[in-house]
Amino acid sequence: MAEMTYLQAISDALRGEMRRDKRVFVIGEDVGVYGGAFKVTLGFQEEFGAWRVIDAPLSETAIVGGCTGAAMMGMRPVAEMQFADFISCAWDQLVTVAAKQRYRAGTPVPITVRLPSGGGFSGGPFHSQNPESSFAHIPGLKCVCPATPEDAKGLLISAIEDPNPVLYFEHKHLYRRIKTEVPDERYTIPLGKARTHLEGDEITVVTWGAMVYTAEEAARELGDGSVEIIDLRTVLPWDKKAVLESVRKTSKALVLHEDTRTGGFGAEIAATIAEEAFEDLDAPVKRIAAPDAPVPFSPKLEKAFIPQVEDVLAGLRELAEY
Amino acid sequence: MATDTALDVVMPQMGVSVSEGTITKWLKSEGEPVAADEPLLEISTDKVDTEVPSPGDGVLQQILVAEGETVDVGTKLAVIAPEGAAPAAGLPSAEQPPPEKTPEPATARAAAESNAAAGGEAVTPTAETTEATPARTPTAETTEATPAPADAPTDGAADGKTFVSPVVARIASEHSVDVGQVSGTGRGGRVTKKDMMAYLEAGPQAPAKAPEAVPERAAGATAPPPPPAPAPTGAPPRPPSPEPAAAGEQLEPMTAMRRGIAEHMRRSLDTSAHVTSAIEVDMSRVVGIREKLKKEYQSAYGVNPTYLAFIARTAVETLREYPWVNGEIRGETIVTRNFVNLGFAVELADGKGLIVPVLKNAETLNLLGMAKGVAQLAQRARDKKLLPDDVQGGTFTITNPGGYGTFHGTPVISQPQAGILGTYAVVKRPWVVQDELGADVIAIRSMMNLTLTYDHRLVDGALAGRFLRDLRKRLETWDESSY
Repeated sequence: MAEMTYLQAISDALRGEMRRDKRVFVIGEDVGVYGGAFKVTLGFQEEFGAWRVIDAPLSETAIVGGCTGAAMMGMRPVAEMQFADFISCAWDQLVTVAAKQRYRAGTPVPITVRLPSGGGFSGGPFHSQNPESSFAHIPGLKCVCPATPEDAKGLLISAIEDPNPVLYFEHKHLYRRIKTEVPDERYTIPLGKARTHLEGDEITVVTWGAMVYTAEEAARELGDGSVEIIDLRTVLPWDKKAVLESVRKTSKALVLHEDTRTGGFGAEIAATIAEEAFEDLDAPVKRIAAPDAPVPFSPKLEKAFIPQVEDVLAGLRELAEY
Repeated sequence: MATDTALDVVMPQMGVSVSEGTITKWLKSEGEPVAADEPLLEISTDKVDTEVPSPGDGVLQQILVAEGETVDVGTKLAVIAPEGAAPAAGLPSAEQPPPEKTPEPATARAAAESNAAAGGEAVTPTAETTEATPARTPTAETTEATPAPADAPTDGAADGKTFVSPVVARIASEHSVDVGQVSGTGRGGRVTKKDMMAYLEAGPQAPAKAPEAVPERAAGATAPPPPPAPAPTGAPPRPPSPEPAAAGEQLEPMTAMRRGIAEHMRRSLDTSAHVTSAIEVDMSRVVGIREKLKKEYQSAYGVNPTYLAFIARTAVETLREYPWVNGEIRGETIVTRNFVNLGFAVELADGKGLIVPVLKNAETLNLLGMAKGVAQLAQRARDKKLLPDDVQGGTFTITNPGGYGTFHGTPVISQPQAGILGTYAVVKRPWVVQDELGADVIAIRSMMNLTLTYDHRLVDGALAGRFLRDLRKRLETWDESSY
């Protein structure tokens, strides 16, 4: 066991897979010589060479399209979007080609797309988004959103192993902020299996990514051990069973995400709870999410935009008092 | 479908906005056999031109509207008679019923179908079908069983307590519990899942917690209270704490009533801003009157005119002028009422519990009624024969710790009320009064302290002071004839 930051865990997992499996290669903007915008692939080109750590032109379409082709020819590509926001350029390759290839032709498309996502550092509207909900709507894709270094490693290995296109949303705000023990050996964490981050029996908070920590802080501030935090870990597939089990126990649910509210994945969770656990509910299912607006630059506005500990605390109190 | 009675063919509704249609061509002539769904005539409207199929098998007995005529939707156009029926006597006349009735379902449906088949613009076949069968959905809805226990309290639809969440409804129905009997701690007094579980766990003693719960009830709507049966699900009482007693300590399990009291007292202090004001009352006049009435009340009615009855009577009278003291904060609103449901704290015989039975509509009782009501409730409380309804719906409470000689106290408000009146020992004390000449003299008077503990969120100190002042005045100037 070694202490690792969230970023180191990602880097460690990726390096390990590249050493282990010659089919795994990395492609992205500035991932080679520069080591990636966030230095996840620092030193990779020296170790694995320019043919396995490819500096791509500024074309996300080309990166994802190239990965799709390589995957169909038997490779295990790992693409890096410099910022998750730029994935919109590759929408067509991902959604029209990669996600449907298996269905149309039976060909697996084992690509992994790494997406540095999320805000909290004044990145503004083009460098702060959390686009997982858009892709969670696309059958044929998988969406992974790790919250801890341990999960970051185990889930990335699972993503690379998975025969489907997997979008791996790594939260930039967690990169160097979160540091915990990570097992040295290779291990996988199954996609679609949630984790109980905090146990409690009166309110269930369903969340993922950086919001896990926001929820945790709010729960600790509430201080009565009543809050159970379910970290989904993957939003597609999502662990419906774990969520429903927890809600059946607590009868109150708060769904929290950093992405904007309307059509966010929280809506899917809330609807499922209402649909399948209706007779176990003791309060309306509550959602806390960003307002329906682009992410602002101004630190003050961004703070108002991204759900904060006090917002979650207020939501928890409201549910507790209901 | 083979018809054995005559079927009417009516001008179909060919779109929501269409109100009339023109007969362009009859495809059959009178007396000709026609099969169900076989085209019968052609019509033209401002939306579509289409064929109208026959609503059933039979013979076109009678054509009522000639080609080229424009008629309103729903107008009867022809009659299809069963095979072999005699042709109609003649053309329509005044005896023909007015056509504005809803089209007969078969015809309307057929019209809708033909309409869809015609592929016409801007037509909405679904809307038409729905229009043709308006009675369907409501029936389905009304037959749907509500999951909530149907015997839940039927009163006070507007107060927060009556909202029953899905999980509470389910638990209530699984355990045959009347949600109305459970004391609610949620928003607006709503019964939460936690309340429900605590109620089930507490078992039959649960009414002990009830007095705070029920806000005003609509007059006369009180459902017959269920018998105070033991808790239906054998949730055993909580076992004593596994932690062993230290030397010299003794452990005993908390009773359900104790837990209820504990929870309510804590919650009340967490809810209301408790402030207590005290006033000294010269009870000499009441003492005198009581001495006089005692015999009469005892022999005639078998009831003791207690000081409590006097105080209750004057308190109710005074509350009328201070509706907030008899009020409640419910969410963001202030509730006042034109009645007083007076709660009395009654100590149980074993000295290990307290219950607050409620004298409903105390404003209708005179001194005798009050004395009788209090005595009966207290007896039922000590005999553990109170019904759930007896401990609910209080709007103001009187507690009487003075029986043991205490002269002051700071009781805890029974939620969600706004005040509680404390009465203390009547003691003889030297007191400065004025003699007939207006000179100050020291007299021996029967004095009593009264306290009003009030929720400062709603009742300000000045209001409480005025309330106590007026109450004192009523007691000191007790008018026998008016009570």
